[in-house]
Amino acid sequence: MSVAAAHAGPGEQQVSQGGDSGKKRGWTGYLLMLPGGLWLLIFFVVPLITLISTSLYDPSGSIATGYEMTFHWANYIDAVEGYGPQLWRSFLYAGSATVAAVLLGFPLAYAIAFKSGRWKNLMLILVIAPFFTSFLVRTLSWQLLLADNGWAVDVLRAINILGPDGHLLATPFAVVTGLTYNFLPFMVLPLYASLEKIDPRLIEAGSDLYAAPFTTFRKVTLPLAMPGLVAGTLLTFIPAAGDYINSELLGTPTTRMIGNEIQDLFAAGAYPIAAALSVTLMVAIVTLVAIYVRRSGTEELV
Amino acid sequence: MSLASVRTRRWLGDRLVVTFAILVLLYMLAPVFVVILMSFNDPASRQSYSFDGFTWNNWTNICGPYQLCDSVSTSIQIALLATLLATALGTLMAFAMVRHRFRGRAASNVGIFLPMASPEIVLGSSLLALFVAGGFAGQLGFWTIFVAHVMFCLSFVVVTVKARLSGLDPRLEQAAMDLYANEWQTFWRVTFPLVFPGILAAALLSFSLSFDDFIITNLNSGQTVTFPMFVWGAAQRSIPPQINVIGTIMFLLALALVVLGELSRRRRLGR
Repeated sequence: MSVAAAHAGPGEQQVSQGGDSGKKRGWTGYLLMLPGGLWLLIFFVVPLITLISTSLYDPSGSIATGYEMTFHWANYIDAVEGYGPQLWRSFLYAGSATVAAVLLGFPLAYAIAFKSGRWKNLMLILVIAPFFTSFLVRTLSWQLLLADNGWAVDVLRAINILGPDGHLLATPFAVVTGLTYNFLPFMVLPLYASLEKIDPRLIEAGSDLYAAPFTTFRKVTLPLAMPGLVAGTLLTFIPAAGDYINSELLGTPTTRMIGNEIQDLFAAGAYPIAAALSVTLMVAIVTLVAIYVRRSGTEELV
Repeated sequence: MSLASVRTRRWLGDRLVVTFAILVLLYMLAPVFVVILMSFNDPASRQSYSFDGFTWNNWTNICGPYQLCDSVSTSIQIALLATLLATALGTLMAFAMVRHRFRGRAASNVGIFLPMASPEIVLGSSLLALFVAGGFAGQLGFWTIFVAHVMFCLSFVVVTVKARLSGLDPRLEQAAMDLYANEWQTFWRVTFPLVFPGILAAALLSFSLSFDDFIITNLNSGQTVTFPMFVWGAAQRSIPPQINVIGTIMFLLALALVVLGELSRRRRLGR
């Protein structure tokens, strides 16, 4: 799937993007946008507004009795006070998973872009291969891989990194491992797309000018890979911060993330507080992302 | 530093990067191997989730666990319908954005990007808030899942088709017009065939996103059980090895599609 998109990406894209010159005026543009635009308006924008208004309902309502709009801002105070640790944990785990994904994904993307030769397509297919099978079934496999009788624990106990009764499963480590694993392809693919566009001669020029390999990497490769790195970090961090599957399947009650709480509150019918929590998460993420995008100086994400 | 030692160091560095990359790939593929292995598992007890013995039974009796095959069929139906609509609407939007001028382009760009940048739990909970506020709390099910899936697939379709379309040389279409093709003929004989791989990629992406979605579906599904919801339910009780059979079949089908696509691409290039 994404292999085709990745192929179409670099090189060909520059052809017709300059300016509005080849574009047609008139009503057709509006007509083409209309159905999809309406769908997004009704099922994305309006729901967000509904979510915000739900978060201000009187929390004592229920589905049976109905909810009353009382501009109950205290819902937000309750949400942040009651679920502060989970909120903090979500960002901590998502941040750790993102850092891990950069550390694992960058060398992989670099190897595919510059060192893979004729194995390039095969490696790209292997990167997206995990997508081909169900996300939940794969996460369940991690239960097995990290289990106390699994080989990962055996090896780590043998070399004494884990104590004789150390665990991997049901620890924050397992949750972060799962999150990293789940979103790693979203890091590798944009990074690869950015790295692939780099002219290898630029890197050679760096070493010709007596830069040490690390200096060349820092001054040439990394800045050119920045758009991919920013896109990859966002695509990893945002879904990881809202995820509750890894925490539920690989963690314990003490590793619960904000997603777990929102899901459970909605399931229990506590809509106002759940909505307040959901809005808080969204605002926190949008703020973080805005700061990050601004500081990294990349504006062209779409 | 002598040239030879620079070469050795570079060679060593390359080996290191490649070895590390292969290890990362193994990390990414390990769970897939486990899924394939576990599809042949003969569990010793209902609670056991470890490899206890080899059997073909799971493959010959896929539909054994209650509701498993129904859930797969529900997921396929929703994914097909959602893919169809999302691909159609998204392709139209991609054409508008690349080929037409209209007011509010910047806003549309943001509107299309935002659903991809929102956590699923927020998308799912806001839709649920809408359905509840609109009095549909009792009607959650197949169609509310469908609506949600079209919504989140749409953005991915627009982005994928747009990439393909903006990479298209407009001179190809101008040439067709110069050769007296009318707009309709130009579109169907030149533009559409060239954009089609992008549309196909978008459709495949939509299908797999929809088939695999759990977080948004879980909030808006009512009593309807999709395959991921079945797996989730099973994970709370006991996990039937057959879910690994479904996982393996999905994997093999997708792999076959990719290999076929790659082969046909090579054949076209070879000519």
